[in-house]
Amino acid sequence: MTVLTPATAAPAAAPTAAPLGPAARLLPALAAVYRAQLTRAKVARIPLMFVATFQSVGILVMMRGVVDSGDNASSRAVVAGSAVLVVAFVALNLLAQYFGKLRATGGLDHYATLPVPAAAVVLGAAGAYASFTLPGALVTAAFGAVLFGLPLAHLWVLLAVVPLAGAALSGLGAALGLLAPKQEIATMLGQLGMSAALLLGVLPASHLPGPIRALRDLLPSTYGVDAFADSFAARPDWAAVLGDLGVCAGVGLLALTLATYAYRRVATR
Amino acid sequence: MSHAPLPCCSVRGLTKNHGEIRANDGVDLEIRQGEVFGLLGPNGAGKSTLVRQLTGLLRPDAGSVQILGHDIVRHPERAARLLGYLGQESTALDELTVALAAETTGRLRGLSRSAARAETAEVLAELGLERLAARPLAKLSGGQRRLACFAATLVGERPLLVLDEPTTGMDPVARRAVWSAVDRRRAERGTTVLLVTHNVIEAETVLDRVAVLDDGRVIACDTPGRLKALVDGDVRLDLVWRDEPPLTVPAVARLADRADCSGRRWTVRTTPEEARELVAAVTAGPAFAALDDFTLATPSLEDAYLRLGGRHQGLAK
Repeated sequence: MTVLTPATAAPAAAPTAAPLGPAARLLPALAAVYRAQLTRAKVARIPLMFVATFQSVGILVMMRGVVDSGDNASSRAVVAGSAVLVVAFVALNLLAQYFGKLRATGGLDHYATLPVPAAAVVLGAAGAYASFTLPGALVTAAFGAVLFGLPLAHLWVLLAVVPLAGAALSGLGAALGLLAPKQEIATMLGQLGMSAALLLGVLPASHLPGPIRALRDLLPSTYGVDAFADSFAARPDWAAVLGDLGVCAGVGLLALTLATYAYRRVATR
Repeated sequence: MSHAPLPCCSVRGLTKNHGEIRANDGVDLEIRQGEVFGLLGPNGAGKSTLVRQLTGLLRPDAGSVQILGHDIVRHPERAARLLGYLGQESTALDELTVALAAETTGRLRGLSRSAARAETAEVLAELGLERLAARPLAKLSGGQRRLACFAATLVGERPLLVLDEPTTGMDPVARRAVWSAVDRRRAERGTTVLLVTHNVIEAETVLDRVAVLDDGRVIACDTPGRLKALVDGDVRLDLVWRDEPPLTVPAVARLADRADCSGRRWTVRTTPEEARELVAAVTAGPAFAALDDFTLATPSLEDAYLRLGGRHQGLAK
């Protein structure tokens, strides 16, 4: 029998550490944050949801004065852009403000002292804000399609556009809100992001000058707008729609990864 | 071989600077398992900075923090699995209902949905919050909101509770609910509590031991009784004048030089014999006519704090 003897005397065994309490796993934690945020949104955000929808409907009415109705590139772009603008208002602007406030007031400490994955907090909040925009986006799109004489047959594409553009915009909103050094700056960035989504999303791309068009290509919501605009054609080019949605999904993934990184950076030391 | 029981929390040489300001200056502390331990000190003494390092929210510039045998400086993420933290802010929960705030917090502490729901129901009943369960925190009074946040801290049991001024704004009923809940957990599960406070009366009633912080350093650490023994023998006389103090009375004029004057309130710490003479002097003649109120009290932790050399004028906000 071999007896293993340590070369030096072992130090007196320290009292063993206590077992750690459970940690929350990603999906249940995400579901819990999502549910809480959705309830929160219902309580606090319904008036703002009306504002978002009325704003988009107002833009549709205004643009009807300068854009011909009927199936043309401009009318498609206006209707698609206005519908996605509802998503931008809530997911980008309001989420940036929410995370900005949470950071400024020390509210992030609540999450940072719970054993919850960063992605669960960010994805739960982003998902709730994005899904909250669906009714407003549908109302805007339906109203716009009727106003501009576009077919309603493919309105269902919005069910894919809202979550994907929502992921991209809410990811961006969360990242801006979390990284802004001051609450006022978070609010300003959220508003600026929404203005960009308005100007670059609602105006038909063909009418924009070259450099502005390049800027439009950088905006995460653009691909959602384009996918939705394409679907208004009598015979949509589904490959192009899928391609745009694919880009939107990719940008969404990137934006949410950035937001998760931002959360880790500010919420944990 | 027998070992001393594992301390709940052990802090050595903890130092933290905020720019030029040294918020914690070589803090040493040992909190035993199952005790209610207090951090007492005026605003800006470094209590919150110390707590933020214990909870893994802030990285110390130097020193070590061990909680139940875990190195929190190296593994800050473990703190969340060892302690429940009640901070001073409720913005993360404000727009949730009381029940959902507690249940969600429980789920984020790793409880299943059914377990979180069951524990929430128990805790809300224990704290007398059932009636408010369906109301959003933002719609509650400050004390009720604080109690709701305390409820959220209790769902998903942890061996250490870190409570930063938990009873601020609470009425006596709510305050009693908090301390009963703490006592029950301590008796049944051996829960340790770290309490940050500057409420001296609360500190004297609920704490087993207290560390007094001043300018980032621990200037004393003992039971409230032993700390008060430092000023044993002395009493505190508070005089409140109706208007201008009657300085024509010789005893009052002599007192004017040594009393701590705060507006119309004078405070003097002295021996019981002299206090008796002073009371006799101010409760007769023109002095009594000018006197609005007076109290004679045995020493408090605040007197002990001042005797220890606390550089601030008392602990009150």
